[in-house]
Amino acid sequence: MASDAITVPVGQTEARPWVDELHQWLTTVDHKRLGILYIVSSLLFLAVGGVEALIIRIQLMHSHNNFVSPEVFNQMFTMHGTTMIFFVAMPVLFGFANYLVPLMIGARDMAFPRLNAFSFWLSFLGGLLLYFSFVGGSGLYGAGSAPDVGWWSYAPLGARAFSPGHSSDYWTLALLVSGFGSIGTAINIIATILCLRCPGMKLNRMPLLVWMNLVMAGMVLLAITPLSAAQIMLLIDRYLGGHFFDTQAGGSAVLWMHFFWIFGHPEVYILIIPCFAFMSEIIPVFSRKPIFGYPVMVAATVCIAFVSMSVWAHHMFTIGMNSYANSFFTLTTMVVGIPTGIKIFNWIGTMWGGRIQFKTAMLFSIGFLFQFLIAGLTGIMLAASPFDWQLSLSYFVVAHFHYVIVGGILFALFGAFYYWYPKMTGRMLSERLGKWHFWLFLIGFHMTFDLMHIPGIMGMPRRIYTYEPGRGWDTLNLIISIGAFIQAIAILVFLANLIISYFKGAEAGNDPWDAWTLEWSTSSPPPAYNFATIPTVESRRPLWDLKHPEDPDSRYE
Amino acid sequence: MGPRMKSSLCCSWRIALLMLWSARSLWAFEPGGSSVHGTNIFSPASAPAKSIADLSVFVLVITGIIFVVVFALLIYSVVRFRGRARDAGREPAQVYGSTQIELAWTIIPILIVVVLFLATARVIHAIQDAPEPAGALDVIAIGHQYWWEFRYPKLGIVTANELHIPVSDPGHPTPTFLQLLSADTDHSFWVPELAGKTDLIPNHPNRMWMDPQRTGVFPGQCAQYCGIQHAKMLLRVSVDGPEDFAAWVQAQQRPAVEDAGAIAGRRVFEGNACMNCHAVGGTSADGRFGPDLTHLMSRATIAAGAAENTHDNLRLWIQNPSAIKPGSLMPAMKLSDADLDAVVSYMETLH
Repeated sequence: MASDAITVPVGQTEARPWVDELHQWLTTVDHKRLGILYIVSSLLFLAVGGVEALIIRIQLMHSHNNFVSPEVFNQMFTMHGTTMIFFVAMPVLFGFANYLVPLMIGARDMAFPRLNAFSFWLSFLGGLLLYFSFVGGSGLYGAGSAPDVGWWSYAPLGARAFSPGHSSDYWTLALLVSGFGSIGTAINIIATILCLRCPGMKLNRMPLLVWMNLVMAGMVLLAITPLSAAQIMLLIDRYLGGHFFDTQAGGSAVLWMHFFWIFGHPEVYILIIPCFAFMSEIIPVFSRKPIFGYPVMVAATVCIAFVSMSVWAHHMFTIGMNSYANSFFTLTTMVVGIPTGIKIFNWIGTMWGGRIQFKTAMLFSIGFLFQFLIAGLTGIMLAASPFDWQLSLSYFVVAHFHYVIVGGILFALFGAFYYWYPKMTGRMLSERLGKWHFWLFLIGFHMTFDLMHIPGIMGMPRRIYTYEPGRGWDTLNLIISIGAFIQAIAILVFLANLIISYFKGAEAGNDPWDAWTLEWSTSSPPPAYNFATIPTVESRRPLWDLKHPEDPDSRYE
Repeated sequence: MGPRMKSSLCCSWRIALLMLWSARSLWAFEPGGSSVHGTNIFSPASAPAKSIADLSVFVLVITGIIFVVVFALLIYSVVRFRGRARDAGREPAQVYGSTQIELAWTIIPILIVVVLFLATARVIHAIQDAPEPAGALDVIAIGHQYWWEFRYPKLGIVTANELHIPVSDPGHPTPTFLQLLSADTDHSFWVPELAGKTDLIPNHPNRMWMDPQRTGVFPGQCAQYCGIQHAKMLLRVSVDGPEDFAAWVQAQQRPAVEDAGAIAGRRVFEGNACMNCHAVGGTSADGRFGPDLTHLMSRATIAAGAAENTHDNLRLWIQNPSAIKPGSLMPAMKLSDADLDAVVSYMETLH
């Protein structure tokens, strides 16, 4: 068990000129730096996507509002969705995977460091390409315009006839480019985990975070490829006279839906499984107990991955599939709830009998459990296809998936930030600002997304830039919008915490949480080579064994 | 410990309030009046909507019970197993798992899924595979960027945006079967109190049905994003009693009223681009790109429900459609004031 870092010669610690420093960051192939680049770039896009969300919420505050034109509103929800999924959620999770996986398996870097850098820059430049549409979207025809076809760009709305100019092309190319980046990173994660584990780290001793990222990366390979294929087909339609999705020439709108959702649903699990991974590391440490049912957690994750590949058409219950298809996808969707439920029970089982420490990271994890439970249950409602015929395409669905993405994924991510920031920077995040962040965000979140279910039940469709008075939607929408602003304030507190703590936070030391996985055995931040000597492990919790030689885990596994 | 307890209390209060709010909305909007009212998927007026609402309540109860149980477990473990100062420095018993417990919380959810699936599959079958009875009314609904065309092939009626259908007496059911088509992009027909939504997709004809049990006007709108004015692609279904429906059919089957007083307006209409897109039965105007205007004045709204059908709104709509519905495909006609007045007077004769 090597925890000692190599002594750094004095000369190297002096500040370099900023140009040098920048050059280092731009040309780095270090998995830790690339991880941080992923995370910082997604925080930038988070701010942009958040502003877009606020514009949407201001416009919907009351009926017949004229804050923005319908054109701008449609661009806002398209860009908000595309940004948050492809340029915030995926890259930030890839960032954490990049940073943590090699450290947790006792490796010195990812398997393909150059591919790693290439993938990051593809993803990031894909995001810039998307936003360049604001300048170049309409090409020579006039001022730029962002894509306005919705984040799934249903055919034939994305065809030239209905989406002239180039705004849709920016959307297509941005997703294609960043999609290649995602595939590269997924290959890298799989290769790293399968090939670079330190001595003794058998598959059944890997931390759950590593297991879950392995599964996630496998799903990326299966899910992003059909999306990329569909984008290429769309480009062929738009520029080479193809008719895959061109309904006016006999193409099929439904084909696009299948392509999009066979990506789109696994995508949800690609995003949530790394969050399950965070939970499976944070909850045990702050409950002071090992994860309850480790093999079951691994099996449930693999099971979710398999079943989630067969549920995509539950996004298409309203398109007129026959009753057998609707029944099949109802069944598979409900079945995926079983392994997911098992996970929730296992996390509660981990807390059961523990000594729970309510650090900010743990508060966010408890928030995650509560909200993910509700999101799962509204998911069961939507899985019952007749219920979905009413709720689909309404604000109920919008509330449901924000419950997953904000209440689940974002809460888990905040937990991960508070938990691993000390490792990444060597400084603790402020617990005081952290509590403010948590409570403000919790209040704002519930004001917005609890109430948002109700307009859906009352017949309010999504993606409308305005609505008629007298439908009973006004008051609800006003409160929902106020909640959005409270969330925005909480995010500002969070960003302030990230910045202030970077300079003024308390020194973290190697292992501030008294945790058990390998990343805590090296210094904070870790040296470029991670470990002076490659560690050897004998159980799932190598640092527990080290701290409790009288009662090591290896005795029970 | 204080704030944590409060959090759980807050949560339960919030949920209680939420339930009250939804319950309130169940009773607050008594349907049946002629004016547009709020809608609620839990106040169904037709068999498909009713069986969906019943299934929904069943699913809500089951998921509600799951929520209460798991939430209670979560809160109990957070409160009961919170770290205390006196435990500082001591680790709790290290428990790695339990096969029996894992089996229990695997098998119970499997049983719940079986029950939910069977209940759901029954409703899917009952709604989707319902045979069309002899007395059914056939309507073809065609989605356009941003309005609805309704054709009654057996009755020879073409109208727009306001669908009239007969009330269905359970003794002698007269349900309405819609064939759903699209002229351009995807749309979705959603009138929450009559049925779940079904999409209108080009090259992909769909079908849905409803058998309203009470008369009244039921609001709805396009639910699938279809372009810039998706928001104002509104829809209303007027469920008429048998006599009212028969009278409406009779009125719609007549050709357009020919009013000698409006001949100037008719000339403007036929001499400009109006007739390229709009049809007026019995005249040479037979455009199909926009709504049929043969009985325009029988409709309460224009611009797919975006405005009341009044003199001023008609005038504004012809003069500057984007004042009512920016992005609508109706062009500003740039008529002189005299022509504008004439064509509005002509429109107002089309009862």
